Amino acid sequence: MVPTNYYLALAAILFTMGAMGVLIRRNALVIFMSVELMLNAANLTFVTFARMYSTLNTTSVYNGQIFVFFVMTVAAAEVAVGLALIVAIFRNKQSIDVDQLNSLKG
Amino acid sequence: MMDNTSGFFSLVPLIVFLPVLGMLINLIFGSKFSEKGIGAVAATASGLAFVVAVLQAYSLSVAPAAQNIPVAQWIHIGTLVIDWTFRVDTLSVTMMLVVSGVGTLIHIYAIGYMHEDVRFKNDEGRYRRFFVFLNLFIAMMMILVSGNSYMMLFVGWEGVGLSSFLLIGFWYDMDTLGRPSFANSNAAKKAFIVNRVGDFGFLLAAFMMFWQFGSTNFDNVFAAAPAAPAWVILWITIFLLVGVAGKSAQIPLYIWLPDAMAGPTPVSALIHAATMVTAGVYLVTRSAPIYTLSADAQYIVATLGALTALFAATIAVGQYDIKKVLAYSTISQLGFMVAAVGMGAFSAGMFHLITHAFFKALLFLSAGSVILGMERGHHHLAHGSHGDHGGHGSRAEAGTIPEVFDPGDMRNMGGLRKQMPVTFWLYMIGTIALAGIFPFAGFWSKDEILADAFKNYPHVYWILSAAAFLTAFYMGRQIWMVFFGQPRHEVAKHAEESPLIMTAPLMVLAALSVLGGLLNMPGVDTLSLWLKQTVEQIEIGEFNPQVALISTALALLAIFLSWWLYMRKPIQAGQPDPLKKMLGPIFTGMENKWFIDEAYWFVFVDRYVDLARFLAQTVDWNFWHEWFHNSVIAAGFVGLTRFLADPVDLGIVNKVSKVLADAVQASAQSLRKIQNGFVRSYALSVMLGVVAILGYLLFK
Amino acid sequence: MSGELILFFILALTAILTAAGMLLSRHAVYAALYLVLNFGTVAIFYLLLGSPFIALSQVTVYGGAIMVLFLFVIMLLGAEQITAEFSWNSVVPAGLLGLALVVEALVLVLQKVSASNLQVATSVIDAAPEPLAKQLFTVYLLPFEITSILLLVAMVGAIILTKTEKKG
Repeated sequence: MVPTNYYLALAAILFTMGAMGVLIRRNALVIFMSVELMLNAANLTFVTFARMYSTLNTTSVYNGQIFVFFVMTVAAAEVAVGLALIVAIFRNKQSIDVDQLNSLKG
Repeated sequence: MMDNTSGFFSLVPLIVFLPVLGMLINLIFGSKFSEKGIGAVAATASGLAFVVAVLQAYSLSVAPAAQNIPVAQWIHIGTLVIDWTFRVDTLSVTMMLVVSGVGTLIHIYAIGYMHEDVRFKNDEGRYRRFFVFLNLFIAMMMILVSGNSYMMLFVGWEGVGLSSFLLIGFWYDMDTLGRPSFANSNAAKKAFIVNRVGDFGFLLAAFMMFWQFGSTNFDNVFAAAPAAPAWVILWITIFLLVGVAGKSAQIPLYIWLPDAMAGPTPVSALIHAATMVTAGVYLVTRSAPIYTLSADAQYIVATLGALTALFAATIAVGQYDIKKVLAYSTISQLGFMVAAVGMGAFSAGMFHLITHAFFKALLFLSAGSVILGMERGHHHLAHGSHGDHGGHGSRAEAGTIPEVFDPGDMRNMGGLRKQMPVTFWLYMIGTIALAGIFPFAGFWSKDEILADAFKNYPHVYWILSAAAFLTAFYMGRQIWMVFFGQPRHEVAKHAEESPLIMTAPLMVLAALSVLGGLLNMPGVDTLSLWLKQTVEQIEIGEFNPQVALISTALALLAIFLSWWLYMRKPIQAGQPDPLKKMLGPIFTGMENKWFIDEAYWFVFVDRYVDLARFLAQTVDWNFWHEWFHNSVIAAGFVGLTRFLADPVDLGIVNKVSKVLADAVQASAQSLRKIQNGFVRSYALSVMLGVVAILGYLLFK
Repeated sequence: MSGELILFFILALTAILTAAGMLLSRHAVYAALYLVLNFGTVAIFYLLLGSPFIALSQVTVYGGAIMVLFLFVIMLLGAEQITAEFSWNSVVPAGLLGLALVVEALVLVLQKVSASNLQVATSVIDAAPEPLAKQLFTVYLLPFEITSILLLVAMVGAIILTKTEKKG
C-alpha cells in the first residue's frame, strides 16, 4: 500500500515544476501547458484525498472525484478560451512571446 | 318652552345669535339687497333680539331666580374652567332690554340716516358694511351683558371695543367734514389704544380673581370674596376701575370718547352714548358684592365719577361742535352713573343708565338729524334750488368744489326751529330730560343719585350738583345756539327736516325720555325691587324733597343764565362766545378741553415717540446695527475667517495635505516600476507570496 | 517493498521526468508530447487510487481533446518558427523559489503530517462509475448544469476571439 504522503509529495513536485515552467518559459503555449500540469497536480491531490477518506464515508469518496471532474471541465473551457486568445494575440503581434507583451506597463 | 320651570330661558342664546344671523345674512347676501332690505334685515335681527329679551324679562317676572344657560365649553385648563354660559337675571335682562331696545330704534333711524350719509360722503357701498358692523356690535354687547363670568364678559368687552373701533373709523379715509384725511382712522385708533389701557386693568383684575378665588365665575367670585384679604379686594376693585375708566370714559381715560364722534351719528348714539360706554357701570353694578366689601374702593369710584362728571361738564360748556357737546355731556353723565354705583346706589346708577340711554340717544339722533338737515341745506345751496332733496345726487356732479363747511358747528346754526320743527321739539324733550327738569326721566334718575350722595358722600353731592348745574347750562346754551335766534350761516336758512324713518324712532325715544322716570318713581321703586332680586346690596332710595328742589332750582337757574347770555342778545355770525369775555382764560381752557389732549400728547405720546426714536436710532441702529453687528459680529467674523483662512487653512491644513500628496506621489513613482506589464514577473510575485505564506505557516 | 510501491516509484519518476522534459524542451511540439506522457502516468495514478472513471476522463479530456487542441494550435501558428527561448534572467529567482516551494511542500507532507493520519484506505472500494454518476446527477446536479453553461460560454468566447472581421 502506497502511503498518501508519497502521492502528495509527488503532486507537490509536479505542481512546483509546473510553476517553474510558467516562470521560466517565454512561449505562451508552453506556459499554458505548465498551467495544465499544475492543474493535474492539484487533481492528483483531490483523488488521493478522496481515496484516503473513502473509509470514513462511502458517499463522500466520490466528492473528491467529482471535484476533479469539474476541474477538468473548467480546464477544458480555459484551454479553449486561452488558445483562442493566443491565436488572437499572434494575429496582432506575429508573436506569442510573453516578454513582448507589456502593454499594461504602469 | 312654556313650562313654568324654564320659561323662555332656553331662548336666551338667540339674543346673540339673531344679530349674528342678521350680520351674516347682510355680509353674504347683502349685495343682492336694496338699502331698505339691508336695513330691514339688520333692524329685524335687533328687534327679534329685543323680543327675546322681553321674553326673558317675562320669564324672570314669573320666576325671579337667576338662570345659567350653558351654550358651549370654552376653556378647560386644570382648575380653570370657563364656559360660555348665559346668565339670565334681572340685571342682565335690564341691560339686554336697553341694548336691544335702544339698539333697534337706532337701527331704524340709521336706515334713513345712512341712506343720506353715504350719499353725502359719496360712497354708497358702505351702507351694507355699516349694518354689518352695527349687528356685530349688538351681538358683542349681548355677550358682554349676558356672560356669567368675568372672562365671558371680557369677550364681549373686547368685542364691543372692536365694533367701536370699526364704526368710529367707518369713514376711515376722511375727516368728519369729508375731506381726505387720516383723522377718522386716527380717532378710531385712539379709542382702541386708550381702551387697551383699560382692558389691561380689567385683565389684571380677572387674573387676580383667578389667583385668589380659582375662578372668574360671578357666583364663585362673589361667594368667595368676603373671605379674601382686604388688599386683594381693593386691588381687584381698582383694577376693575381702570377697566371701567377705559370703557366708560372716566378720568383719566375719557379722552377717546370725544374723538369717537368721528363715527356716524347713529354710532355715537348707540355705542358712545347709550350702550357700550355704560358697560363700565354695568360692570361695577355686577361686581357690587365685591365693591361693597371695600369702603375705600367705593370712595375712590364715587369720587372719580363725580370729578369726571364736573370736569367733562366744564369742557362741554366751551364746545362749538354739536356732537362734541353731547360727547362731553355723555362723559359727564357717565360720571354721574359711576359715582352712583361707586356710592353703592346701584339701582340709581342703573336707573340713570337707562334714562340716559333714552334721552342721550334721543339727543344724539336729533343732533344727527340737525347735521343732516344742515347737510341738506348745504347741498341745496351747492346745487341750486332745483336740486333734488335728500342728497339723491352725488356732490361731484355739481362740478364745483363746495366750500368746506362744517354741518356740526353750532356757530353756523341758529333759528333752526323754523326749518326743523320736529327735530326741534324732540331735541327740547331730550334737553329737558338731560337737564333734569321735573317730571322728565332725567329728573328722577339724577335726583336719586343726588339724594344718595347727599346722604352718604357730601363732597360727591356738591361736585355732582355743580356738574348738574353746568349740564343744564350747556344744554341751554346749545338749544339757544342751534334752534333760536337768527341763522348765522346761509346754509342754516336752507336746512331741511328729516324724513319720518328718522324721526319716528326719535319720537319713541322722546316718549321714553318723558316717561322713563316711571320706571323707578320714588315710593314705587319698580326698578330697584327688580334689580334687588339680583344685586342684594341695593337699598331702596329715599326721595329727598330738599335735594330735588335744590337741583331743580339749579337747573332752572342755569337755563335762565344761558338764556340771559345767549338769547338776550343773540350772538351773530363771527361774534365770539359771550362767555369768553366773562371768563377769559377759563373759557379758553374749556374751549380747548383744558389742554388734556395736549398734555397726554406731551406726557405719553411724545415720550413714547422719543422712546421709540431712541430705541430705533440709538439702540437699534447705532448700538445693534452699527456697533454690535458691524463692529462686533461682522468684524469678529471677518477676523475669525481670516485667521482660519491664512494660518490655519493655508498654513496647516494645506501643508499637511500637500505633504501627504507628495508622499503618495513619490511612493507611487517608485511602486509603478513594479508594474512592468510582464505577466511572468507578476507570477513571480505570486509565487514569492505563496512561498512566504507557506513558510510562515510551517515555521512560525 | 511491495510491488505496488515499486510501481509507484517508477511511475513517479516517469511523471517527474516527462514534466522536466516538457519544461526544458525547446520545441513546443516536444513539450506537448512530453505533457501527453505525463498525463498518461497521472491517469495510471488515478487507477491505482481506485478512480477508473477519472482516469479515463483524464486520458480522454487531457490526453485527447486538450493536447490535440494544443498541437493543433502549434501547427496553426507554425510553432517551428516560434522561438521557445528561456527567459534566462528569471531562471535563478524562479529556480530558488521553486526549490523553496518544493522543500516546504515536502516538509509539510512528509514531516509535519503524521503518516497514520494519511493512511490510504485499505478496503476495496466500489470503483464502478454508477455511484459516482448517481452522486453527480443528484447532489451535484446544479454545478453540473452550470458547467454546461460554462462550456457554452467558452465556446462562444473562443469563436468571438478568433473570428476575423470581414471587411464590407
